[in-house]
Parts: sequence; structure tokens; C-alpha cells
Amino acid sequence: MNAVYILWLRQVKRYFRSRPRIIASLGQPLLFLVALGFGFGPIFQRAGQGSYLQFLAPGVIGMTILFTAIFSGIELIWDRQFGFLKETMVAPVPRVYIMAGRTLGGATVALFQGAIVILICFAAGFRVTSFSGVPAAVLFMILVAVMFTALGTAVASLLSDFQGFQLVMNFLVMPIFFLSGALFPLAGLPKALAITASLDPLTYGVDGLRGALIGQAFYAGSLDTLVLVVIASILVIAGAYLFSRIQL
Amino acid sequence: MIRVTNLVKNYGDFAAVKNISFDVAQGEIFAFLGPNGAGKTTTIKILTTLLKPTSGEVEIDGLNPAVQHNEARKRFGIVFQDPSLDEELTAYENMDFHGVLYKVPGKIRAERIEKLLRLFELWDRRDSFVKQFSGGMKRRLEIARGLLHTPKIVFLDEPTLGLDPQTRNQLWTHVRKLNEEEQVTVFLTTHYMEEAEKVAQRIAIIDHGVIVAQGTAADLKAQTGAESLEDAFLKLTGSTIRQEEASSLDQMRNMSRMFRGRRPGGR
Repeated sequence: MNAVYILWLRQVKRYFRSRPRIIASLGQPLLFLVALGFGFGPIFQRAGQGSYLQFLAPGVIGMTILFTAIFSGIELIWDRQFGFLKETMVAPVPRVYIMAGRTLGGATVALFQGAIVILICFAAGFRVTSFSGVPAAVLFMILVAVMFTALGTAVASLLSDFQGFQLVMNFLVMPIFFLSGALFPLAGLPKALAITASLDPLTYGVDGLRGALIGQAFYAGSLDTLVLVVIASILVIAGAYLFSRIQL
Repeated sequence: MIRVTNLVKNYGDFAAVKNISFDVAQGEIFAFLGPNGAGKTTTIKILTTLLKPTSGEVEIDGLNPAVQHNEARKRFGIVFQDPSLDEELTAYENMDFHGVLYKVPGKIRAERIEKLLRLFELWDRRDSFVKQFSGGMKRRLEIARGLLHTPKIVFLDEPTLGLDPQTRNQLWTHVRKLNEEEQVTVFLTTHYMEEAEKVAQRIAIIDHGVIVAQGTAADLKAQTGAESLEDAFLKLTGSTIRQEEASSLDQMRNMSRMFRGRRPGGR
């Protein structure tokens, strides 16, 4: 258990020490919030959907957690390239613990990042409709963070260098974000897009957040939770399995 | 302490290690020499549980590293050929991380970290980030770290690569002292023949995945009729230069140095 803790601590320390990284990774959500939130606001309003900023903020929070979590998982490649992975791999610790510590650490970092973006959203004018939904929102954030850190770890376990990284970005991370309903309402979509969105795990994370924070959910909160718990568990197990098979 | 019998490791069609056998006795300093790409690092990776052998038997203190990973891992410390420190952590944090992973109890951990960092003259820099360290300091830190959990066997894979003569000399003095005082078995590889001759009690020379000779430095010289170990080594392994392609790892390192605004190969 100490091994899990020390690996978690390492991820968190590294995060807080790289301030440029924290600031850089806030640029993107800010841009989405300002450009899309205010840019599409009037049209969204005229279409009778209310405030686009209110609608978009949970999507941007989900996006931040998605990106940070996947990157934390992918950091594994970095550790492999710079040798530190070997240090953990020859240690007398079951690899499942190493994977668990890394995943919890990455998820914690993603949560912090998500929390900062919530503050930015508030500054931009986002308002929570009922504060009783906040614990549920935190739960959804944790599930999304764990799920995508595990996915990042699983993918990184299969890659031996950064050659495949762009592939992962363009064919995994970007589609997960854009097809998730983070940017558009799920009601009344063309059939193909509706189906795709329903297969995207981030859809349920963002939907859950929306339900908890502004009371506008497409699915039932219980369904969102169930889907997230199941997929997160599968990804954690898959990540642990792939990680344990790494040979250096 | 280390026993390798008919070890084979294939990567696809390429045989990296072809049926090698050797023994290392407890308390011995054993040098494993060979040109680049001969199979040294592959053998070390198999001994240290990082790779699984294709066939053959390997024993570390009576344990099979391919099966009893965690028991075997407790018995050895390793200094890898490539750096393996976390540069974003301090020297002390790197040591502490290692101590926790190896379950060294808190109080003993703090004592041993201090002792080892003093021994390798890094105590004053314990709170500096490793990224600020010179190559020699990083090497010393890695060796100190490898000894933290009082292993019975220490693997040193080209530990003196890129170090100045002072640091090299100091390093081997420590290794010999450790071997004498704590009876630690040492398994080392190096390209500096005079180091191997000075430090190691027994030497094996591997080439193209095959052990071509083993014995004391005197044996090897007598066997080849050579004046020095270097001549013996060249007679045994030929004088053609081995082509080794830069691995993706090396390319990565160069890239990252560029990102950080340092020239490849610089500092």
C-alpha cells in the first residue's frame, strides 16, 4: 500500500512543480469557453435553448479532465523513454500496485485541473443551479478522471515511443471529446451521431455533470453513473493487465 | 549466487543470447565484457526480471527471476546503463521513493539514505533537483540508490560510462570496499578493460551472444598470449567495429534535449 501511496505522491509532486504545464493546459479550456461559449451564445439563445455558456461549462470541465487524465496515463511513455520506468519495474512490488498508484496520481492531477477550470467557468459567468448537486458532480469528475487515466495507461503500455502519440490524439482523444455531447445537446441529433455519442463514455460523464450542476441531463443520473463505473472498471483492469505485460 | 544455464533469448528471428552458461560465486566481483550488441544488457535484463528468457535456466540466490519476481527483486540492486532517475524529484526524494518501494522501514531508511548520500558525497545536494546534476553526480546517486535496500547482488551495467577518471576511480573504490566489507556480489559490465582487470576477480567475454572465454584476467591473457586484457579482448572478439543502430530511445533523448534548449550531447 505504501508503494501505491509513493507513486501517487510522485505524480502529484511532479504536477505541482511544473507550473508552466498547469498554465499551458488551461489555455485550451479557456479558449473553448470564450470563443464557443460567447460566440455561439446568441444563436443558442435564439434557438430557444437558454444560455450556451451554462450548457458548455460542464463540457469544458469534462474536456479538461479527459485531456489531463489521458496525458497523465501517457506519461508512462515518458518514463519508459527516460528510464525511470525501469526503476519501478525492478522493484519488489506487484505491478498492479504500480499501475494503481500511477492511475490514482494521474486522476488526482486531472481532478485538480478540472477544479481550476470550474473556477474559470465561474469567473466567465457560469452559475450552479443547485448546490446539492455538487457532491454528485465531484463523483462524476472522479469517475471520468480514473477512467481516462486508465485508458491512457493502457494505450501507453502498448506504445514503446512517441511515434504513435499523434495517432492516439487524432483517433482516440479528439473523437472522444468532439463526439461526446460536450459541445452540443444530445436531443434531436441525426441518428448516426446519436448512436456514436451514446457509445462514447465521455458522453455519460458530461451528461452526469450537466445534470448535477445545472439540472439539464439527457440520461438518468443513475444510468450515467452505472455506465461510468462499468467502463472505468473495465479500463482499469485492461490497463493493469497491459501494464503488467510490459517488457523493457 | 548467480547461475545461468543454457540461456537463450531471441527477438523474433534475431538471437541476442545463444545458449550461454556461467556461475558467479557469493562475494565475487564478476565482469561481463563484450563489444556493443554482444548480449550483455539482454542478459542483465533477464537476470533482473525485466525480460523473460526464450529458454534456459536462470537462478538468483536460488530463486528463478522469471517466476519468483518479487522475491528475486529484493535480492539485487541495479545501476542501469541508461539513466533511470526521476529528474523532477530531488536526490533525497529519489532515494526515499526507492526505499519505500523496497519496504525499507522509515527510520532505517532515513539513516541509510544519509549514510549513502554522504558516502557518495551528495548529502549537501540532497534537496537539489536531479535535473541540475552533472552526469557523474547522477551516476553516483544511482549507485547509492541501488545499495539502499542492502542487496546481496549488485548489477552495474557500464556504470562508468562518460565519467571522468576521478569519479571512476572513486566509484570502483566504493564498489571494492562494499564487496569486502559486506560481501556483496558484484556483476558488472564495462568497456574499460583496465577497470575490469583491476576490479574483477573473474571475467567472461561474450560476443554475438556466445561466451567466447571466461576466467581470471591472467587466464584470458595466457589463453590468447596477449600482453594486456585489451589485446586479449581484441583477439577474442576481432577488431571489426559493431554497427548498432540508434534506438528510438536515443532519438527520443536527443529530441527532449532539444526541447529543453540543450544541444544533443551537451551537458
